[in-house]
Amino acid sequence: MHAAHDARDTNAGSPPKVVLEPAEISRALTRIAHEILERTSGARDVVLLGIPTRGVPLARRLAQRLEQVEGRPVPAGSLDVTMYRDDLRLRPARALRHTEIPPTGIEGMIVVLVDDVLYSGRTVRAALDALGDLGRPRAVQLAVLVDRGHRELPIRADYVGKNLPTSQREIVRVLLDEVDGKDAVQLGVRPPAAPSGAAGGEAHS
Amino acid sequence: MNRHLISAADLSLDDALLILDTADELAAMAERPVKKLPTLRGRTVVNLFYEDSTRTRISFEAAAKRLSADVINFSAKGSSVAKGESLKDTALTLEAMGADAVVIRHSASGAPHRLASWVQGSVVNAGDGMHEHPTQALLDAFTMRRRLGRLEGLRVIIVGDVLHSRVARSNVHLLSTLGAEVTVIAPPTLLPVAVGNWPCSVGYDLDAALPKADVVMMLRVQQERMNAAYFPTVREYSRRYGLDVGRMGLLPEHAIVMHPGPMNRGVEIAAEVADSARSTIVEQVANGVSVRMAVLYLLLGGSNAGAEQS
Repeated sequence: MHAAHDARDTNAGSPPKVVLEPAEISRALTRIAHEILERTSGARDVVLLGIPTRGVPLARRLAQRLEQVEGRPVPAGSLDVTMYRDDLRLRPARALRHTEIPPTGIEGMIVVLVDDVLYSGRTVRAALDALGDLGRPRAVQLAVLVDRGHRELPIRADYVGKNLPTSQREIVRVLLDEVDGKDAVQLGVRPPAAPSGAAGGEAHS
Repeated sequence: MNRHLISAADLSLDDALLILDTADELAAMAERPVKKLPTLRGRTVVNLFYEDSTRTRISFEAAAKRLSADVINFSAKGSSVAKGESLKDTALTLEAMGADAVVIRHSASGAPHRLASWVQGSVVNAGDGMHEHPTQALLDAFTMRRRLGRLEGLRVIIVGDVLHSRVARSNVHLLSTLGAEVTVIAPPTLLPVAVGNWPCSVGYDLDAALPKADVVMMLRVQQERMNAAYFPTVREYSRRYGLDVGRMGLLPEHAIVMHPGPMNRGVEIAAEVADSARSTIVEQVANGVSVRMAVLYLLLGGSNAGAEQS
């Protein structure tokens, strides 16, 4: 992978800087897919669960790559964690996203949670609680496209597309073709007026 | 969404769709091994029932418990209401106990509206007199959408005791917001005076309306509210406005039969019809829990300050 871009050069008001191009996102996902195959002996009993919104298309893309290499389908689905979040009372009630557990279920499987950005770790904690109500997987692993640091909980990713050192003033935006019409990872600066935590849209994970 | 749910007429199209979509996701949860979510942990929901009710009270209780809220049930019988306590004093008591939401059923139209001005928490109307029963309308719309796949352009006929029915009023308002075409059909004595102002059309001939209907909703003849002779005999009512097997045959192939319950079998609906495959009556009860979970989540799940949702 490339050396981390120096995030501190981004000034307020300047347009967001592109830190990952489409080809780099694709290469990172291919590498993650191979790491999953290595660590799970050929992705046997693996279920990929994307966390909405952008974790879901990422999980689908990883499943495609796993299928290309292994020649058999790997189940992929989505897991909405809204009802398990610890910050529900800090904001107005949010609409729920779709949860779709593949027909194989998660009982006894190796669940790989997939999200776009790993930040505080609170989304992943919520996802672990949600999984607990769905069944008992043999193991749970975490794959993220970007790890931007600043963890608030003892959580780490098993598979990381890119480690991106950031300051908390910055916003990491992941754009994906399925949702946004193009692939890119951008680094911008949070507008000073926005309350902390609310900005960054989906990138608050 | 507003902080309270008093009337289906207050719901915008966006609010109504948000509730239905949320209920859709929550309905999927009913098939899980653990049918419980931690979302409303530590919140208190009071069921304040001044009128008898089985399914609505149980449904709200199940919904609140599946969201991990604490539920306090209060029925007027055997409480200090029997000793003459006023609604306001009861409300202040609930307030002091820290109720985050009050689900109220009352025989007086407008009671939930009054209650909303006395308590800090959210008020959910579970039926007030002859006024409204918004969660019933929401679960009816939810059931129609699940069975028929859409609401827009759906032709719905609501048949029977419209005058005494809060279910009919809530359904007419909600369904017209959601884009359905509603017709109410009843004997002229069982239509409210102001029905001309409702967003629906009015008919008197059930047989003529059935062949064009996607949904037929039968209302209970509310004899407990009838203080005058609205029709000559029950048999005559049943012959003209009851849904029997012969009438059901007039419906298009895909049409469904709904009833908010409790039914008077043999009066407004024949037993064979109520138990037929077209009938959604049992489904409506199951859907009621999902819809009420959605309402409680959307009213209580977020911050109070942000109650005015964008």
